[in-house]
Amino acid sequence: MGALKAIVSRDLRLALRRRGDVFNQLVFFVIVVTLFPLGAGPEPNLLRAMAPGIVWVAALLAAMLSLNRLFAADHADGSLEQMLVSAHPLGILVIGKILSHWMVSGLPMALLAPLLGLQFDLPQQSLAVLTVSLLVGTPVLSLIGAVGAALTLGVRGGGILLALLVLPLYVPVLIFGAGGVAASAGGLSASPHLSLLGAVLAVSCVVAPWAACAALRVAYD
Amino acid sequence: MANGGNKAEEGAEIRGNILLRFAAPPAFYPLAGRLVPFFAILAAVLCAAGLYVGFFVAPTDATQGDSYRIIFLHVPAAWMSMFLYVVMAFWAALGLVLNTRLSGMMAAAIAPTGAMFTFLALWSGALWGKPTWGAWWVWDARLTSELILLFLYLGFIGLTSAIDDPRRADRAGAVLAIVGVINVPIIYYSVQWWNTLHQGSSVSMTKAPSMAATMLVGMLLMALAAWMYSIAATLSRVRSIILEREREAAWVRERELASAGGTA
Amino acid sequence: MNWGSLDAFLAMGGYGLYVWGSYGAALLCIAIEVWTLAHRARASKEKRP
Repeated sequence: MGALKAIVSRDLRLALRRRGDVFNQLVFFVIVVTLFPLGAGPEPNLLRAMAPGIVWVAALLAAMLSLNRLFAADHADGSLEQMLVSAHPLGILVIGKILSHWMVSGLPMALLAPLLGLQFDLPQQSLAVLTVSLLVGTPVLSLIGAVGAALTLGVRGGGILLALLVLPLYVPVLIFGAGGVAASAGGLSASPHLSLLGAVLAVSCVVAPWAACAALRVAYD
Repeated sequence: MANGGNKAEEGAEIRGNILLRFAAPPAFYPLAGRLVPFFAILAAVLCAAGLYVGFFVAPTDATQGDSYRIIFLHVPAAWMSMFLYVVMAFWAALGLVLNTRLSGMMAAAIAPTGAMFTFLALWSGALWGKPTWGAWWVWDARLTSELILLFLYLGFIGLTSAIDDPRRADRAGAVLAIVGVINVPIIYYSVQWWNTLHQGSSVSMTKAPSMAATMLVGMLLMALAAWMYSIAATLSRVRSIILEREREAAWVRERELASAGGTA
Repeated sequence: MNWGSLDAFLAMGGYGLYVWGSYGAALLCIAIEVWTLAHRARASKEKRP
C-alpha cells in the first residue's frame, strides 16, 4: 500500500510539473467535440442524437493520445528499469501509474463532459449518465491503454501503432458508454449499459495490470 | 537470449519424447516440408468437392435465388478467421509460458492467413449484402465484429513487424494476442448488443436461408478445405520463418551444403 | 445438375457479379498468398547471412 501511495503521489507531482500536457489533452477533447457540429451542421435534433457518440469518441481519442505519457518518460530516464528490479511487486507499481494517469486524464474529461453535453442540448438526466459512464469507462481506457503503451515501448511507429492496437479493444467501452447515454436520452434506463460497463471495468482491472507487467518485462528482457 | 528454452528442448530431445523432439526447429523443418504438399492436396480435393456440392447439388434458394451461394465462401471464411485467431493466441501463449522458439514462430505464421480469411469474409459479406439487403455495408453484428477482428489481426502483424528483435516481437505479440482473445467474446457480445439496440437494422446474416442438408454439406466441405489450406500455408510460412531466423545455426549450414549439389 | 447451360451458370440467376466477385476475390487472394509463400521460401533459402 505504501508503495502504491508513493508511486501515485510521485506521478501526480510529475504531471503537475508538466501541466501543459494535461491541459493540452483537455483542449484536444473540447476541440474534437466542436469539430463534429462544424462538419455535420448545427441541426439540433441531429446533434442531440449524435452527442453521446461524439463525446465518447473524442474522449477515446484524447485518452489514446495521452497514453505515451504513461511509460515513455520513465523509460527514457531509466526509472522504469528501476521499478522493474525493485523489491516492490511490479503489479502494484503499474496499477499506481495507471491510477495517477487516470486522475489527470480520464477524471478531468469526465468532469468536463456535462458542459460539452450542454452544447448538444442533452437533457439533464443524460448529462448525469454521460458523466457516470465516463467516470466508469475512462479507467478502462487507461487500463487497456497501459497494455498498449507497454507493448509499444521504444518501438518505431509507436504512436500510430499504439492507436491501431488499442482502438479495437476500446470498442466495448464505447458501445456501452455511448449506448447508455443514448438510451437515457431516449427515455430508457441506462442501468444495463452502465452495469455492463462496470463488468468490463472489473475484467480490465484483473487482466490489464497482468498484461502490462508482462509487456514491460518483454520490453526489458 | 532464450537459452533456458534451448536447453529444455535439447534435454527433451535426448529423452526421445516424440512431441518435444519436433518442437525443435531442426526436426520440425523437414517434417513441415513433407506435410505441406499433403495438406495442400487435401485442401484442393475438399474444395473441389465442396464447390461441386455448392454449385451443382444444392438447389436454388426460394427467397435469395442463386446469390446465396456466396455462403459457401463467406461462412467458412468467417469460421476460419475466428478459429485461426484462437489457434494463433494458443501458440503465442504456449511460447510465452514454455519459452519455446517454435511456438512464437507458429503464431507469426498463422496471422497473415487469418487476416486474409477475415478480409474474404468481409468482402463476400458485402457482395452478399448488396443484392439481399440493398446496401454494400449493413452494420450487421457479425460483419461489424469481423471488421474489428481484422483490426486485431492487423494490430498483431503491425506490432510484430515493428519490433526488430524476433524474440521480443514474438513475446510482445503473444501478450497482445492473449489480450485480444479475451476481448473477442466481449467485443462480439457488445456489438450484438449495439446492433439489437439500434432497431434500424433488422437485417442479419444469421437469418440465412434455412439449411437444406446439401447446403450444410457444401459449407462443411468448404470449411474443411479452408482448414487444410490454412495448415498448409502456415507450415510453409513457418519454414521460411525458421530459415530466416536460424540463419546462423549449424543445421541450416549443413542443409545448405548438402543441397548445394542439387537444386537449392 | 442445376444449370441448363454455361451461360446460365455464369449468370447465376442474375447475381453473377456478386457470386463471381466473391469467388474471384478468393481465388485472387489465395493466388497472391501462394505466390508470396513460394517467393519467401525461395528467398529464405537463397539469402546469405
